[in-house]
Amino acid sequence: MTEEQTIVPIKPEELVGRVTELNKAGYRLVQICATKTDNIELNYTFDNKYRFMDLKIALPSVEVEIPSISSVYWSAFLYENELKDLFNIKVKDIVIDYKGTFYKTSVKWPFNPPAPEKPKEEKKND
Amino acid sequence: MTKTILKSLCMKPATVKYPFGPREYHKRTRGKVFIDVDQCILCSLCQRKCPTGAIVVNRNDKTWEIDPYRCISCGACVEACPKKCLRLDNKYSKTSTKKEKELFRHA
Amino acid sequence: MTKRTIIPFGPQHPVLPEPIHLDLVMEDEKVVQAIPSIGFIHRGLEKLVEKKDFVEYVYVAERICGICSFIHGMTYCLAVEEIMKLEVPERASYLRVIWSEMSRIHSHLLWLGLFADSFGFESLFMHSWRVREGILDIIEETTGGRVIFGSCKVGGVRKDIDKAGLEIILKKLEKYEKEIKEITDVFINDSTVKHRLIGVGILTKEEAYALGAVGPTLRGSGVSQDMRKLGYAAYKNINFEPITETSGDSYARCVVRIKELFQSIDIIRQAIAKIPEGPLEVKVTGTPNGEYFARTEQPRGEVVYYAKANGTKFLQRLRVRTPTFANVGPLVKVLQGCELADVPVLVLTIDPCISCTER
Repeated sequence: MTEEQTIVPIKPEELVGRVTELNKAGYRLVQICATKTDNIELNYTFDNKYRFMDLKIALPSVEVEIPSISSVYWSAFLYENELKDLFNIKVKDIVIDYKGTFYKTSVKWPFNPPAPEKPKEEKKND
Repeated sequence: MTKTILKSLCMKPATVKYPFGPREYHKRTRGKVFIDVDQCILCSLCQRKCPTGAIVVNRNDKTWEIDPYRCISCGACVEACPKKCLRLDNKYSKTSTKKEKELFRHA
Repeated sequence: MTKRTIIPFGPQHPVLPEPIHLDLVMEDEKVVQAIPSIGFIHRGLEKLVEKKDFVEYVYVAERICGICSFIHGMTYCLAVEEIMKLEVPERASYLRVIWSEMSRIHSHLLWLGLFADSFGFESLFMHSWRVREGILDIIEETTGGRVIFGSCKVGGVRKDIDKAGLEIILKKLEKYEKEIKEITDVFINDSTVKHRLIGVGILTKEEAYALGAVGPTLRGSGVSQDMRKLGYAAYKNINFEPITETSGDSYARCVVRIKELFQSIDIIRQAIAKIPEGPLEVKVTGTPNGEYFARTEQPRGEVVYYAKANGTKFLQRLRVRTPTFANVGPLVKVLQGCELADVPVLVLTIDPCISCTER
C-alpha cells in the first residue's frame, strides 16, 4: 500500500459536528462524492499534511435530506451543487444554491431520473 | 529578449510549409493499421480488443474490415494478434473527402 | 448608488483555452462578484465505466484531458493496481516517473505561452510554444504520440526506452534547458511583465488553505504541499523539495511554475541515473474487488481517483476530482474587487483545464 487510508462510517446527524472538529484540527476538504449502489453512499474526504481521512455516510434513499457543510468549508458549495445536479440528492442550506443550473446542459436537472414509460400515442401515429 | 528577437530574424522559420514541404515522422509514431491478410486466421481477437469497435471480422465471407476514422491508433490489436500479421505504420492516414471503410479479402 | 451591470465572460473568449462561463457583476470598472457555471464539455465519462471493462478503460482515462493525459492514465492504473494488490516492477515505475515529468514540462511551457498571451505579449507566447515542440518531439520518439502517450497499462508500461534512447534524452534536455532559461528570464525580469503581475490577485496563506486550493495556486501562497512526496511510483527514491513562494500574487504563482520546470529536468536526470534493468509489466489475472483513493500530482495540482469494484470486470464507480475543480473556489474569491482588465490574467493564473473538470 502506498499510503494508509482511514475510512470511518458515520450517520448523517453526526456530519456537521465531525466536520467542525476536523476543521479546528487543521484538515482541508479534498472532495465529496456519491456512489449509487442499492442505497446511496457519500464519501467526504479530508487531508492534513498528507494524512488521509474519509467519512462515509450510507443513505437509504434519495429522499433523505442531509445538511450542507458549506458554512464550515466555503468551497464545498461546488461539490454539493454537483451532487444535486447529477444524483438528485437533497442537500439543505447550501451557501450559494444554483437550484439545478450549475451544469449548463440542454437536458434539465436531475441527470438521474427514473426511466419514463414510452408514450403509446407516438407509436400509433407512425 | 532582444537577443532572442534578433536571433529569430536571422534564423530560418521554425515551421514547415506542409504539405509542400516534407513532414518528418519518427520511428515509433503510431499511424495507420495495416494487415497482411494472407497470414490472418480470422480468430477475431483483434475485434474483441479494439476499444472503439473499428475492426469487423467476418468468418463466413473471409473478410477483415477496418474503419480508419474510428481507429484511435492505440495498438491494442497489434499486441493481441497471435499470428503477428497486424502492424502500425508510422505515417498517418491520408485525408479524404469521404468516410470509407477498408475491406481485405482472404486470398 | 452606482449602477450594477452583468457582463458574461466566456464560454468563447480568445484567451480561454477551454470553455467556462463566468457572470461578472460589475460596478463601473471593478468586479464585485463572479458566478461560475460549467457544463459545456460534459461527456459523461464516469458513466462510461459501466460499459468498458477495467483493462480497456485506460484508453478512456487518458483521453479525459489532452494536456495532462499521461498522469490521468497513470493514476487510474495506480488505483486499480492497489485494489488488486499488484506489484509493479521497478523499471516500469522509473519509466512512469520520466514520462510524468516530461508531461509536466510540456504542460508548464504551454501555460507560460497562454499566460503571456493573456497580458498581450504575443511574441513570447510563440517562443514558448516553439521550445515546447522540441519536448513533444522527444515524447513522440519514445512513446509514439505527441499528446496522447498510450504507454501506461494496468500492471506496468507498454513500451521501453533503451540505453541509447536515454542518452539522447539527456543530450536534448541540455540543449532545451538553455532555451527555456532565455525565455523564463523574460518572465522574471522584464519590467512590463512585472507591472502586470505584481500585486494582482493576492491570496493569503490562510485563505488559500481554507478554500481548498491545490497545486501552484497553494504553493504560491506559502503552503508547502506536493503530492509527489507521498512516494507513489518511483518518487520515494528521488530527492526533491516542494517549491514555495510567499507573496501569494500572480507573479509568485508564475515563479513557482518556472522553478518547477527546472526541478522537473533535474528529476528526470536523477531517474535516468538510477533506473534498473528488469521486466516491464506484471500479468493481470482475476477481477478487482475493493475500493481505493489514488492521489497524484498533476501539473495543476492534486488529482484524486476514487475507484470502487465489486468483483466483476466492470468497475462499480470511478470518481475523478481534478485540481481545477478544487481551484474554482479560490478563483471566485480572487476575482472579487479586481479590475475588468485583470480578469483574463486571474482566470489563467489558476491554470484552468475545463475538460478535466467536467469529464
